[in-house]
Amino acid sequence: MIPAKFDYIKVGSVSEAINMLEKHGDEAKILAGGHSLIPAMKLRLSRPEMLIDISGISGMDTISEDDDEIVVGANCTHSAIASSELVNSQLNILAQTAKCIGDIQVRNRGTIGGSLAHADPASDYPATILACDAKIEVEGKSGKRTIDATDFFLGIFTTALTEDELITAIRFPKVVNGSYHKFFQSASRFAVVGVAAVKEGDSVKVGVTGVSGTPYRATAVENAYDGTSSAASHAVDDVDVMSDHFAGEEYRSHLAKVMVKKALEA
Amino acid sequence: MNITVTINGEEHSHDVEPRISLAQYLRETLDLTGTHIGCDTSGCGACTVTVDGAAAKACTLLAVQVDGCEVTTIEGMAQNGQMHPIQEAFKENHGLQCGFCTPGMVMTAVDILKNNPNPSEEEIRHGLEGNFCRCTGYHNIVKSIQHAAEKING
Repeated sequence: MIPAKFDYIKVGSVSEAINMLEKHGDEAKILAGGHSLIPAMKLRLSRPEMLIDISGISGMDTISEDDDEIVVGANCTHSAIASSELVNSQLNILAQTAKCIGDIQVRNRGTIGGSLAHADPASDYPATILACDAKIEVEGKSGKRTIDATDFFLGIFTTALTEDELITAIRFPKVVNGSYHKFFQSASRFAVVGVAAVKEGDSVKVGVTGVSGTPYRATAVENAYDGTSSAASHAVDDVDVMSDHFAGEEYRSHLAKVMVKKALEA
Repeated sequence: MNITVTINGEEHSHDVEPRISLAQYLRETLDLTGTHIGCDTSGCGACTVTVDGAAAKACTLLAVQVDGCEVTTIEGMAQNGQMHPIQEAFKENHGLQCGFCTPGMVMTAVDILKNNPNPSEEEIRHGLEGNFCRCTGYHNIVKSIQHAAEKING
């Protein structure tokens, strides 16, 4: 399979990428790892006329500590995140999440920024981004801004990014007690349900992916949390639960409760 | 677009269309047909090569993305007529039946053993998550990689 014709440019800076996005509008796509985009282009589900390769932008593939925060560059691959000592020691939940994405080859090429911008409803990072209250740093023609994780995901493959913006980094608070729990779709390795839980004192923050078209914070679970796992029964309260040939609505709703229970008990 | 790629230690320069995948470039321009194309959408792993030492699916990489990189394909594993220990181990343990998935299995094994020289059976099985063998010969593939680890570790 060969994608439709397109032009390709490898940019050396964020501003160059923004200029290209501005120039080409919705005919352009950002290419990071390409592991969602290229298959979609081969299947002709996506036919961008211009690919802007951002993998060569220096400084966008680093992981650093900034006081109480860990800053992960958008171009960090899943395998770089999974093997980072800093992430493993200060933000272990993110390492857990990165380790269960796809397979070795996919983790070697796919990036956190690409995955978030793509916003596949069955991708793993959204649950963890939400539970950690991470902030997504983006840059566009009108400058830099920071988007709260809870405001970032708007729907299936839809985010708060505007046409001329790209993600530059993700800023996480350090997390002591957090874990990610995933029920794998056995062929694709995507999440049928993925639940991230971050515990702080008597409270918990719960992020859920795979269940709805938009990943969400399970606020009903958080409000009902009493230190036990009984709040898991609220996992899909007021949630529009997806149904597909891997998991119907009833099954997926039940599975969400089971996975939230596991996360609360962890 | 002109690219220069080091493949199996040898530098190659070609003018390629941006939409040509690395797998196609290897097979059709360089005649390196050991890199197989199965699903062509990054699911099956038959096209696995290493790019700068890390396993990657060549069907889901554009040739232009590896400009300036070092690529190793299955053809680059044997040295001076001597099979690589991973290849020897596959031969000795009957690690292949039809052989279609084998180049990808071997190239993924390179990555598994690079990061974990003494993998357990479970770690090998997890490492092969992105490689399908439709003969379902996984048992001997896992055994081959365990044996390869022993050979490499001496």
